Amino acid sequence: MSRLHTEALTLGYDQAAIITDLNVDIPSGLITALVGPNGCGKSTLLRGLARLLAPQRGVAYLDGKAIHQIPTRKLAQQLGILPQTPTAPEGLTVRELVAQGRYPHQSWFQQWAADDEAAVNKALAITGMAKFADRPIDALSGGQRQRAWIAMTLAQETEVILLDEPTTYLDLAHQIEVLTLLERLNRQEGRTIVMVVHDLNHATRHAQHIIAMRDGQVVASGSPTDVVTPELLRQVFGVDAEVLHDPRTGVPLCIAYDLAGDEAHDYVVEPQSRIAALA
Amino acid sequence: MDRRVPLILSLALLATLAAMVWNMGVGEYPIPPLDVIRTVFHLPTGGEDYDFVVNTLRLPRMLVAALIGLSLGISGTIMQGLTRNPLADPEILGISAGAGLVVVTMVVVVRTLPSSFIPIGAFVGALINAGIIYLLSWKNGDSPFRMILIGIGLAAVTTAGIELMITFGDVRDVQRAMIWLAGSVYGRSWNDFWALLPWVIVFVPLAMFLARDLNVLNLGEDVARGLGVHVAWRRGLLLFTAVALAAATVAAAGTIGFVGLMAPHMARRLVGADHVGVLPTAGALGTLLVVLADLIGRTIISPIELPCGLVTSVIGAPFFIYLLLKQARGTK
Repeated sequence: MSRLHTEALTLGYDQAAIITDLNVDIPSGLITALVGPNGCGKSTLLRGLARLLAPQRGVAYLDGKAIHQIPTRKLAQQLGILPQTPTAPEGLTVRELVAQGRYPHQSWFQQWAADDEAAVNKALAITGMAKFADRPIDALSGGQRQRAWIAMTLAQETEVILLDEPTTYLDLAHQIEVLTLLERLNRQEGRTIVMVVHDLNHATRHAQHIIAMRDGQVVASGSPTDVVTPELLRQVFGVDAEVLHDPRTGVPLCIAYDLAGDEAHDYVVEPQSRIAALA
Repeated sequence: MDRRVPLILSLALLATLAAMVWNMGVGEYPIPPLDVIRTVFHLPTGGEDYDFVVNTLRLPRMLVAALIGLSLGISGTIMQGLTRNPLADPEILGISAGAGLVVVTMVVVVRTLPSSFIPIGAFVGALINAGIIYLLSWKNGDSPFRMILIGIGLAAVTTAGIELMITFGDVRDVQRAMIWLAGSVYGRSWNDFWALLPWVIVFVPLAMFLARDLNVLNLGEDVARGLGVHVAWRRGLLLFTAVALAAATVAAAGTIGFVGLMAPHMARRLVGADHVGVLPTAGALGTLLVVLADLIGRTIISPIELPCGLVTSVIGAPFFIYLLLKQARGTK
């Protein structure tokens, strides 16, 4: 039974709808990757699930309750969101940042308790950040910084964690560092993870469920093997690609060779309008 | 909270107490520090005029300076935290100017208004400017930089309004307004102290209560909302607190510039970024700054007195430029 799902969800900014009448189910206990070209609405969907964006129509549900009607602090005890490239104030230490994750569990009268301390220490330990706990965030590498933010989201102790492009601006080693951490969290802690990812091969490697989107609609969803096919790549990303199998893990692996069909034509003949459509 | 906070805070309080005693001892009629302390606590001393000089003249003035410093340190910390911009402070954002414009207008136009209306007028003016900034800069999500620019623009417009009032007002009224605008605690009495105190008693503890909200808001709007902060409500309450404190200081002594800018920076340098520690430390350092500035203003070219607002500006303006350069380098 999926705890997180949407019914006829329409989201957008101002009057323009970016996704329209969307129905998605996020499987519990798995890592779900939202993939698709720029502007397909994957980040918008994530923001809608995290109540950062109010629906224009339709509803996002958590355990049968409309997410936008759950009191925000209560929701924050069940669902955590790490937005894209957050910035920490100068001089804030890792421990201080992670401690902010306890906010929804505290009140004016109950400021800092033993379970807060325990949750922070655990989050630091899981993410391997304990040895950097007293370092300022701005003195860390990109991968460590992202791990510190993930640790903050972990200290929130929510069963569902949403992440918007957690590997943006990271180099290859740091990308792997972050993605394997998320895998470990899912495996060892049974957390439901939903992440927007840019790199399709990251999605197939690290997620058990993939939702492929284009133009605000879900084109396909299911296991990596079911979803990632040459047809889908043509349909969703507009690329001519080959799908192989990872020799170590057996998951699909795609190699894009060229823009496909109409897309290629559009890009070559009318590059401006294509680019404008993506922007 | 940072482990350094208790030690730093104790040291700051100790230094502030020393500066307070020193402040009350110097002047045209010097009194030895020990006698100052004895006089404050109504213990027997050698000088028969001591009680009048200390308890009637210098103590209320010094206490007004102290409360102003405390309020400005906390107000500036809140504004820098909310805007996520280290250049914010009540003066730079035009909050103080808003208070100033209403008060000058009251003095010059209405003329016969009792002085007890001044704090309320200052508060209304500060609130109007804060409201304008809030509406213009937070309409489409948070943008710290936009807020600073709007604030600086608004400060310029409001200051022009003050100039206008001064140009067209009656000479005697203008003189009253000018003395008040200079940012001096000269001649402040117990009445001024009692007028300022309630604002401090209400809003300083409120700021402390909201320190953790300020921490979370400091991580950006999305992160804060994800953590379950009712952003509009908490941000509004914090801004209201910062505005009330700034307005109260303007009502008491005009604009005392740059204290709200400097105190939070010094505090963060000493105790890190957690506002649970930064707020009280900035408050203590703000107190120390204004008490010292008043002391310097009274002694540096005595018998002429410089307003303490001038002294803080002389120290604060280069500090502001240094921060500006530092930030410009950081963004490149």
